[in-house]
Amino acid sequence: MPPALVIARLTVQETSRRRLLLALVILTLIVVGFSAWGFNKITTIRRSDGSLPSPAEVTLVTSQLLIAVTFMYSGVLALSAAVVAGPLISSEVESGLLLSILARPVRRSEVVIGKWLGLGILVAIYAAGSALLELTAVNWATGYVPPHPVELVIYVGAEGLALLSLGLLLSTRLSGITGGVIALVAWLMGWIAGIVGDIGTGLQNQAVQNVGTISHLLLPTDGLWRGAVYAMEPDAVIATMKAGGAIARANPFAAVDPPPLPYLAWVVVWFAAMLALSVWSFRTREI
Amino acid sequence: MADVAEISTTATPEGVAAGSPAIHTVELSKRFGKTTALAGLSMSVPRGEVFGFLGPNGAGKTTSVKLLLGLIAPSSGEGWVLGRPIGDLGMRRRIGYLPELFRYQHWLTAREVLAVHCELAPLPRSSWKDEITTALDTVGLTDRANDRVGTFSKGMQQRLGLAAALLGEPDLVFLDEPTSALDPVGRHDVREVIRGLAARGTAVFLNSHLLSEVEQVCDRVAVVDHGRVIASGTMDQLLSGTMVRVRVSGLSPEDHAQLATFGKVDAEGDQLTFTNLNVERVPDLVSAIVALGGRVYEVAPRHQTLEDRFLQLLDKEDGS
Repeated sequence: MPPALVIARLTVQETSRRRLLLALVILTLIVVGFSAWGFNKITTIRRSDGSLPSPAEVTLVTSQLLIAVTFMYSGVLALSAAVVAGPLISSEVESGLLLSILARPVRRSEVVIGKWLGLGILVAIYAAGSALLELTAVNWATGYVPPHPVELVIYVGAEGLALLSLGLLLSTRLSGITGGVIALVAWLMGWIAGIVGDIGTGLQNQAVQNVGTISHLLLPTDGLWRGAVYAMEPDAVIATMKAGGAIARANPFAAVDPPPLPYLAWVVVWFAAMLALSVWSFRTREI
Repeated sequence: MADVAEISTTATPEGVAAGSPAIHTVELSKRFGKTTALAGLSMSVPRGEVFGFLGPNGAGKTTSVKLLLGLIAPSSGEGWVLGRPIGDLGMRRRIGYLPELFRYQHWLTAREVLAVHCELAPLPRSSWKDEITTALDTVGLTDRANDRVGTFSKGMQQRLGLAAALLGEPDLVFLDEPTSALDPVGRHDVREVIRGLAARGTAVFLNSHLLSEVEQVCDRVAVVDHGRVIASGTMDQLLSGTMVRVRVSGLSPEDHAQLATFGKVDAEGDQLTFTNLNVERVPDLVSAIVALGGRVYEVAPRHQTLEDRFLQLLDKEDGS
């Protein structure tokens, strides 16, 4: 097996044996259970006049609540990716664990790529697995399925992968805690900058709008989140927002358009650049 | 900052024959910012020899090992390991390494850690089982083969590191302070392992503070201080002198100075130690002490130990 794949396998094995995966699976099952119960209540809650909500109302409320629940999942994924990626390389350099590995015929680039690959696989599995469970639960409880479930998984997974890539880059130079905290703060700042951009859209102020655009380019987590939001919105909601004009679009939990193709191409370039930077950074680090 | 050397496995230095030394360096140096960790290391280690690399803390020993393994890039100078430039991936297939800072995946068992090293070495999969069994047996960890490393004591982790370094019958093994966490039995075992390696023709580069151990197992040593080699040679070449220790009373510091004609004198309490004094001159020394009014209680000539020579070299270096 090529060294990069051996490192990837070790990374997966480590999270598994340290029970991180088990903890995430248990927590996810608890959240899915609670949310299934909560979503089911949407169909049975009565108004003050005793009537049940109409199917259109159920769809509207479910879709918006699902966006909020998915935001929690994306937060868990981003937080986990940042916390796990932060010490991924730095802790092994500090402890000396990498010394014996790198004394083998293993390139530093293979260590970086292997770590990224291993954690990337876990992010993808978690994104797909948790989405499958949650969407199945929502479908069972309300009969609602978001319009683009596959795209939803891809966008949420890519958001986690973006945080993982940033954490890994920081991990090549900074201590684990520092790298993890910086990645997390960058994620939150990216989200807030996205809201600032929304305000610019609402006010039709180009300069303020640019804050959001630039932040989406520097760290595409919020840009990808908007893609996930779009994938969950029913056509009726999108049509209503479009009719509402610019001010209706100023909302971090709303998206009237999918991310444009050039932006998605930029995200691919961004991932490649982060990986290349991580390799260069680790290759030039003294250990 | 210099990029870490990772030369392709096909690179072969011109003029380096198959019978080249295990290690050969020319003015190898390393600076970390303004600090010079290694200032022009030039040395040659023949194949099949046990080579001791000695020096005080901060002398540049571990930096030298990392340079030779290609873990860090030199600031200047050149080096070859097993006939290939330092950092060459092909060279790393034929070496073993026990780091001073030994740490292994604590979520794996000892057997799994060694399997990872077999895979990365890379050794043929068909040989893994025998390699791992032999290595575990050599370092005395057979009974703990299936236990997680997280349950191991420091000494056991160091033994595991030694086992990893022995996999695949390497041509050269770097051991950086290999007994730092071991008890006397473990230290004895390591000496036996080193002797076993030497017997099968494997060169050993031994970094150690424990001079008595180095003296017992090494064919050749180099003493490094302030980033450069201050002495090197075989044990016989380095330890040629005899030391004479005299327990005496009634002598003043001025009298000590007069006795300097017998060689360098170190006074410590009522003991005078004469370095490089020929045993034939001991009666003359005793007569001189008595003539100066001193009373002699004990005269003990002995061969110089590596520790004596080491301290002497460092003392000389500090004085220069």
